[in-house]
Amino acid sequence: MNARLLILLGALLPLPALAQGFAGLGQTTNGYALPERGTALHFPDDHGAHPDFRIEWWYLTANLTGPDGTPYGIQWTLFRNALAPGDPGTGWSTAQAWMGHAALTDETGHRSAMRLARGGTGQAGVTAAPFTAWIDEWRMAGQAAQGDDPLSALSLSAQGADFAYDLDLSADGPLVLHGDAGFSVKAETGQASYYYSQPFYRVSGTLTLPGGAVPVTGQAWLDREWSSQPLAEGQDGWDWFSLHFEDGAKLMAFRLRGRDAGSAFRSGTWIAADGSATPLSPDALDMEPLAETRVAGRAIPTQWRLALPARGVDITVQALRDDAWMDTLVPYWEGPVRVTGSHPGTGYLEMTGYE
Amino acid sequence: MWRVALSALLSHWRRHPLQLATLLLGLALATALWSGVQAINAEARASYARAAQVLDQDRLDSLVPARGLTHIGQDVFVTLRRAGWQVTPVLEGQWSRAGNSVLVYGLDPFTAPAGSLPDAMQGEGRIADFIAPPGLAYAAPQTVEALQGVAGLPPLVATRGMAPGMLFTDIGIAQTLLRAEGRISRLLILPDQPLTRPALTDIAPALERRAPLQQADTAQLTGSFHLNLTAFGFLSFAVGLFIVHSAIGLAFEQRRAMFRTLRALGVPLRVLVGLLAAEVMLLALAAGLVGVALGYAIAAALLPDVAATLRGLYGASVSGSLALRPAWWLGGLAMALAGAGVAGGQSLWRLWSLPLLAPAQPTAWARASARALRWQGAAAGALAVIAVLAGVYGSGIVGGFLLLGALLISAALALPGLLALMLGGAARLARGPLAQWFWADTRQQLPGLSLALMALLLALSANIGVGTMVSSFRLTFTAWLDQRLPSELYVTARDMAEAQRLHAWLEPRSDALLPIWKVEGTVLGGPAEVYGVADHRTYPDNWPLIVGRDDVWQTLARGQGAIVNEQLWRRAGLSLGDAIPLPGGAARPLVGVYADYGNPKGQVIIGVDDLTGLYPDVDRRRYAIRTDPAQVPGLKTALVDEFGLPADNMIDQGRVKEISLMVFERTFLVTGALNVLTMGVAGFAMFTSLLTLSTMRLPQLAPVWALGLTRARLARLELGRALLLAALTMIVAVPVGLLLAWVLLAVVNVAAFGWKLPMHVFPTDWLWLGVLALAAAGLAAAWPAWRLARLSPTALLKVFADER
Repeated sequence: MNARLLILLGALLPLPALAQGFAGLGQTTNGYALPERGTALHFPDDHGAHPDFRIEWWYLTANLTGPDGTPYGIQWTLFRNALAPGDPGTGWSTAQAWMGHAALTDETGHRSAMRLARGGTGQAGVTAAPFTAWIDEWRMAGQAAQGDDPLSALSLSAQGADFAYDLDLSADGPLVLHGDAGFSVKAETGQASYYYSQPFYRVSGTLTLPGGAVPVTGQAWLDREWSSQPLAEGQDGWDWFSLHFEDGAKLMAFRLRGRDAGSAFRSGTWIAADGSATPLSPDALDMEPLAETRVAGRAIPTQWRLALPARGVDITVQALRDDAWMDTLVPYWEGPVRVTGSHPGTGYLEMTGYE
Repeated sequence: MWRVALSALLSHWRRHPLQLATLLLGLALATALWSGVQAINAEARASYARAAQVLDQDRLDSLVPARGLTHIGQDVFVTLRRAGWQVTPVLEGQWSRAGNSVLVYGLDPFTAPAGSLPDAMQGEGRIADFIAPPGLAYAAPQTVEALQGVAGLPPLVATRGMAPGMLFTDIGIAQTLLRAEGRISRLLILPDQPLTRPALTDIAPALERRAPLQQADTAQLTGSFHLNLTAFGFLSFAVGLFIVHSAIGLAFEQRRAMFRTLRALGVPLRVLVGLLAAEVMLLALAAGLVGVALGYAIAAALLPDVAATLRGLYGASVSGSLALRPAWWLGGLAMALAGAGVAGGQSLWRLWSLPLLAPAQPTAWARASARALRWQGAAAGALAVIAVLAGVYGSGIVGGFLLLGALLISAALALPGLLALMLGGAARLARGPLAQWFWADTRQQLPGLSLALMALLLALSANIGVGTMVSSFRLTFTAWLDQRLPSELYVTARDMAEAQRLHAWLEPRSDALLPIWKVEGTVLGGPAEVYGVADHRTYPDNWPLIVGRDDVWQTLARGQGAIVNEQLWRRAGLSLGDAIPLPGGAARPLVGVYADYGNPKGQVIIGVDDLTGLYPDVDRRRYAIRTDPAQVPGLKTALVDEFGLPADNMIDQGRVKEISLMVFERTFLVTGALNVLTMGVAGFAMFTSLLTLSTMRLPQLAPVWALGLTRARLARLELGRALLLAALTMIVAVPVGLLLAWVLLAVVNVAAFGWKLPMHVFPTDWLWLGVLALAAAGLAAAWPAWRLARLSPTALLKVFADER
């Protein structure tokens, strides 16, 4: 999923002009480590942070349902951004910035919050075993039994001024490596990232909304990705889908949009109900916006047609809320979607770089 | 008709360009001094406001250390954040090295309130440079300039719109600069907080929540200083108005014949008065513009000194460069218009009530009748009563200035009467016709000169008063410094461990090692420092007590009392035995009061064991060393060799005194400059009055000339007369000035700074001032006298030929 390349922190504070691709993700990589094809991922170590790489995230989305069938969506994201290559330093001078995004979406609205911190003081960070990712009071903490993958069971909490959630997650499927055993290519010119997911979470817990507490259940998808230059120069943004189908299969699909229309780079992974993953070649996927909505002064495609003819997939993806706008340092669209057509289901859609 | 009338009126100025210049210059000078002072005040206030707005502190609540702690541990910040409290840390402290001092302000850009950081920090890549050593420091351009070449600071970035005298750095960099690793001064509570948070008392019981800084401490501390400046500006303005009044009065008198003619030709009174009023306002506007420009120049010249004073005296940073604020220059213009209105009102009123064809006699100034003198005397008496009442019942700095104002104006009003009495006495003693004529003529001229003489009196007494105050202060201050700084060397260790090693090393090498340990906090509603003193003879031998028994120091050593500085004592109205509440909740009875000149803050002294008992984490890195003065250079070298202690961590007695005196001198530099300017204005007033009189006095001089007195002799007599009047005014000015000095020392200083000073008199200074006044009067009279000496006899003869 490259998609998530999003945000990033690169940009953290001093938001530079976005001349170098969305959120500065197309910047050059002097001094940072680069992903290499053929490097095997090691767990649980790779659940933790990779400070040699410029950017990294722990990105969790969940499609949830209340007791009366009301659909909800939540997002919990922790971004790490190295401010300078090399030794990160210690204490306040640690050149690692952290940014948290949390959101809760239902049919009545979209609520979001953001947190910033630097590494080195204990305000934010990630440890691989026992697994904990945190920024301020927001936490994603491993609850797995000894011997199991630390990500296989999690507790998750976050809050903003007008919402909070507290969820328990447990995975009933394996980790999924995207691309070539976790080496995920992002452009014809070879830009790539390490990218794996845990898309098989069962979720239960409580949402707190202005109207009171709501017990919920549902499913969640965690993306882990790190890189140093995930976007090629000339790539402006992306549209990224993570979809849960009712038959148990899952689809990750994205397209990176080039500056000239038609030069989009498409990729994806088909995940069978048993967890076996098949990378999708760029021409296997059809992605087409059907309708746009004016959000935050921009035209955002909030209805899509996706087709994967080889698997007989022909679906319509519709945003639960058109206004799922993340008004954060680097603003973007991220929200729950409904899927109808050949493979009904739910999922999350993320869109960046729309001006 | 209008146009003809106007051109007739204006022709007067064409024929008397000097008079026009006098009027314009007088008003411009008055406006300049007033608006210059206002510009300085406005700039200072803007600086305070900017400092208070840093990080939105003027809007945000903060968490500060409670119960006697001096700082917050940085772990408390992390604990609070991880509990959901949206807070941002601030570390603040004074950084000094080699005579340069700057307020270092450490912040965390990641958690600081959105939009509160300088725009310049938002540059690409800046964040990494900002937090990674050596970091970046953002500061106002003039601060960057002032710190050019100073070692030990991060690279400086000049940033417009920032408060001067401050460096903004990352909190980590600030901790290193201020040697405060792991420490935070306070936490600001951000406006947006999440849904749920634990109670503060559960997670951080050692913190206290405080309301936003509504007003910076500095603004309160410096309020009286600015009132002082304003009073001076107003005095100068008043003196300047004397010039304007005499110039306008003269122009009206000289045009009486023209007014009569215009009225006779049919110009309605209303139109005439309207035209004249318009003329005055136009002139005022022109002069006001010049005055505001001059004021800007004066302020720009004085501001660096004022800024240095404020920094030295109050620790307040003020921009050294001036911004042009509309409120200020509009205010200056308004003052010029109002001043011209006041100065011209009387003349317009007289014209309004003038009979249509009143004889156009030049009255050479409204001749003060005995009745007018009586009125003036009565007003002087009434003001004197007000002054006494203000002295007895008034309180605070406003009362002090009321007393000053009433005193000065009363003296000025009484002056013509006093001079008339003196001249009358002299006339009775005079022998011979020439002497009698001289005294009588001098007395006859008094009304015409009285305004200028009143201005001179004001300037002279202000000079004597302020001079006496400054000199008294200097004398007291230096004597006090000598007593108060008995220790030969002061050292500051870089950390606690080094402090312990230093202590062990220095103990056998010195006569005594006296801790200088303090905590800062709030005592009786104001910012204060609490020091602990060792039980050592240095203190009873050297520390001057204003109130207190001999056993004060033993009482402190036993932890059974506290002494406070004079400022705190007066401000809080304390008496011996009162409980002094210390930061953190403890209290000690007051057993003594000591003088503490030059310190804006309240101060409490307790025993050093008492201090460490109450505040276990007090900073213990500073010591004063008693030793043979001859040992000091060797000791400093040894400290560098043994400990690698930077030179800035050691300061000897001489240097401390030097710095203190420098601050003192700077404080009164501006006062001195304003004094000189006021004198200049008074001298100018004298000159214009004499010049005016000289043109109108021909009818009086011509008969004396005709009786055989040469023009040269007449001119010498004119000169002598001016000197005589100046000398008499000086004689009156001395007691008035001394009264003024007493008010400044005993009333205004107490209100403004919190200390009372003994008054010392300096007669030699008066002698010099007298010479200066005579020189000013002589110079002012010289030209009119010279003109008289060179006057063509025909001009004098013409007097007899004229219809008058």
